[in-house]
Amino acid sequence: MSCPAVITGLGPITAFGVGIDPLWSAMLAGRSAIKRIEAFDPGGFDCQIAAEMPPDLFNVKKVVPKSYRKATKVMCRDIELAVGAAAAAVEDAGLVTKASEGEAEPTIDPARFGCHIGAGLIASDINELAAALMTSRTDDGRFDLGHWGAHGMENLTPLWLLKYLPNMLACHVTIVHDCRGPSNTITCCEASSALSLGESMRVIERGAADACLSGGAEYKLNPMALLRQQFAGRLARTNGEEDPSKVVRPFDSRACGTVIGEGGGILVIESREVAERRGARPYAQVIGFAATQSHCPDTVGLSIPAADESLTNAVRLALDHAGLAPGDVDGLVPFGSSIPAIDAAEAHAIRTVFGDRAASLPLVTTIPNVGNCAAGNGAIGLSVAAKALREQRLPARLHTEDAEGLDANAGPARDADLKHMLILTTSQGGQNAAVVLKGL
Amino acid sequence: MNLENRIVVTGMGCITPLGHDLETLWSNLIAGRCGIAQIDRFDAGTFPSTFAAQVREYDFRRYVADPAMHEHAGFNSQFALGAARQAWVQAKLGELDGMDRSRVGVYLGAGEGMLDFDNYARTDIESWDDAAGAIDSTRWTEAAKRRLDAWGEIEQEPNMPASHIAREYGIRGPVYNCLTACAASTQAIGEASDILRRGDAEVMVAGGTHTMIHVLGLTGFNRLTALSTRNDDIKTSSRPFSRSRDGFVLGEGSGIVILETLDHALSRGARPLAEITGYGSSADAFRITDMHPAARGPAEAMLQALAQAGIDPRALDKSGRPLVHYISAHGTSTVENDAMETLAIKAVFRENATKIPVSSIKSMLGHLIAAAGAVEFIACVLALHHQIIPPTTNLTDPEPELDLDYVPNEARPIELDTCLSNSFGFGGQNDTLIIRSYRR
Repeated sequence: MSCPAVITGLGPITAFGVGIDPLWSAMLAGRSAIKRIEAFDPGGFDCQIAAEMPPDLFNVKKVVPKSYRKATKVMCRDIELAVGAAAAAVEDAGLVTKASEGEAEPTIDPARFGCHIGAGLIASDINELAAALMTSRTDDGRFDLGHWGAHGMENLTPLWLLKYLPNMLACHVTIVHDCRGPSNTITCCEASSALSLGESMRVIERGAADACLSGGAEYKLNPMALLRQQFAGRLARTNGEEDPSKVVRPFDSRACGTVIGEGGGILVIESREVAERRGARPYAQVIGFAATQSHCPDTVGLSIPAADESLTNAVRLALDHAGLAPGDVDGLVPFGSSIPAIDAAEAHAIRTVFGDRAASLPLVTTIPNVGNCAAGNGAIGLSVAAKALREQRLPARLHTEDAEGLDANAGPARDADLKHMLILTTSQGGQNAAVVLKGL
Repeated sequence: MNLENRIVVTGMGCITPLGHDLETLWSNLIAGRCGIAQIDRFDAGTFPSTFAAQVREYDFRRYVADPAMHEHAGFNSQFALGAARQAWVQAKLGELDGMDRSRVGVYLGAGEGMLDFDNYARTDIESWDDAAGAIDSTRWTEAAKRRLDAWGEIEQEPNMPASHIAREYGIRGPVYNCLTACAASTQAIGEASDILRRGDAEVMVAGGTHTMIHVLGLTGFNRLTALSTRNDDIKTSSRPFSRSRDGFVLGEGSGIVILETLDHALSRGARPLAEITGYGSSADAFRITDMHPAARGPAEAMLQALAQAGIDPRALDKSGRPLVHYISAHGTSTVENDAMETLAIKAVFRENATKIPVSSIKSMLGHLIAAAGAVEFIACVLALHHQIIPPTTNLTDPEPELDLDYVPNEARPIELDTCLSNSFGFGGQNDTLIIRSYRR
């Protein structure tokens, strides 16, 4: 490995708030933010619950320099989350960037500061677009495309398109923190954050950057995005019947689908040498990474077969890359979606690689707490894993009661001897990623 | 450099407005033909821009083994499958018995799919509450469930083309999709090269696919005033570097290449078509709309790529020629890009800038957005093979400050072995590749 990459800053953003502290407290205490959706009336959906961020917990205007406040008007929620997460990560890493108040020089040379922020298919705000479309509605309730082209579209703000392009998450973050190194936007659904971390690691290892802001964010809490998830058959049916906070139970026999969350995260990934030189205290080193593709009988990868080899391969390859044996892994953060077929595939991969040990290898699940944040998911898992390594503590686990052959049942937080954590994910589309972290 | 560090192209394919195979595309480019015409996918007659370069008469079904496997493929996936088949066949990968599919990966820059606009608009109209001036989300959800097609919605995820390709060819290695707007497929090719160099795969299917020729795509770009509105002279509307250029013209399609390490290619008897010797990637980190006035981002990407290729931009060879023989420009025909790109080329090549022919095939193909970089890469490889460079067409009123040699109007036979290809995306990502004739 030419330039080992370490994690020096954590910036998750979830329904519990911004930064690692609110998330970690909630994870230790075993709290869930999942409840009935408030952003819109979810009555028409099979799944009416989600993990939403209370509005008072985060205001993007407060985390950008004053001169940049005007730009927040062209940020969709996904962008806001990424900007908030980046601010938290940068602060946690003790980095001075262009966004910092004061005259100090930026810690990382802008030309050597990269940015890899995963994103999803962003649905444009329904009301914003509809209000404009209605101006081209005929008296008999049809849409008049001719009128739209000539007049109606002028009711859309000129920068409308830029609010919803997935690469604008990275664009805004690079402007705020002056990251002029390699910048990419990976769009592979729930694997996006982990794949972004893998790319940040590669960029640092090949010497093209000293540090990268790495992660992902997504906001599916609007009718269009939620409907797409329902169409994909991934959501738990609730119809308001059960205690919403108990619906998500990864690896439990009663698991019936996932629940969406608002959030994501950014981590600061840095060359170990640069981190040491500036006296940073890294959480962990990224010692292994692998990406694989599952065979998807349905082609589009809404689920993967239970005995899928590629997910198993991702774990094996990441361990090989790390120079570790399965016995060296002390904790594993799975996707843990509570989608039965995907839980089964993950369970199979874990049992195949870890054998008898699978029953006692602690799994860390986050979706019961903060929902499935899609492109932001992996960043949350990575943040929790890094924090667990720092604190030598495993968070509480929620809801699951009868996981077979896996250490996934609900239980309180506990101290643990943690040297290596493995983070695993699959995705809609069949892309898989595995990351191995070594606590420092 | 050892054979594992050298990355070669062994197959290529394209689906474009000027041809659905390499020979047709090339002969049209050299003849200076134009793929731009009135949009007929929908009635764009009243839009500020009424024209685009559409892919015509294309049936993807002849390019896949079993069309039913790709039943729900949207345009992006359909274009990519056609281009991928050509590339796979040219690379003779189908003849490889027992090729380890876990060592084959995909890295695409593929765009978001196309919304079913008619039904989306009808859904909005049905659920608009005039009194509230907003959508009634319960009515919206009920109408959307009725009108929108589940598969059509799922297929809009940007990772779908990569998943379709993986399914078609049984690919199990690393699969990524990135969406850095107009830079995406150049970035995909560059990052795919890095994955190969690291030994994380032996074969990578790389490139891009995109269409934004749809109501919201045309709307979005027209609202940004990014598109040419030369409705009275469509065939000359895309006029990069011209004084009267007034914006880009939407195109669509796909370009796919097969990349391998030289070692892998030679050991299986594959014929290298060209070599990738340099890749550079940077972010403007300046503004969400405008490029930096000194074009620092594009210049940085070019400098990185040249450095990796071991090329001194200010040096001359024994016959007094610069070491780069052709620049395939991003050349969108916007006022800003063409000026900034010229500035960047001058900043990098200094006194050599005016000695290097620069052309933009967007003058003929329009702008394929995420797919542009891959198709332009392919054009560079074809230029190296045929020893002729494609022109910038419609260049009849040059702008005095833009004084580079833009190969106006006529293709030019020259001796060349080294090309540079630029792609600069909305959102400030800049990517450059150096492509060289293969020599042992």
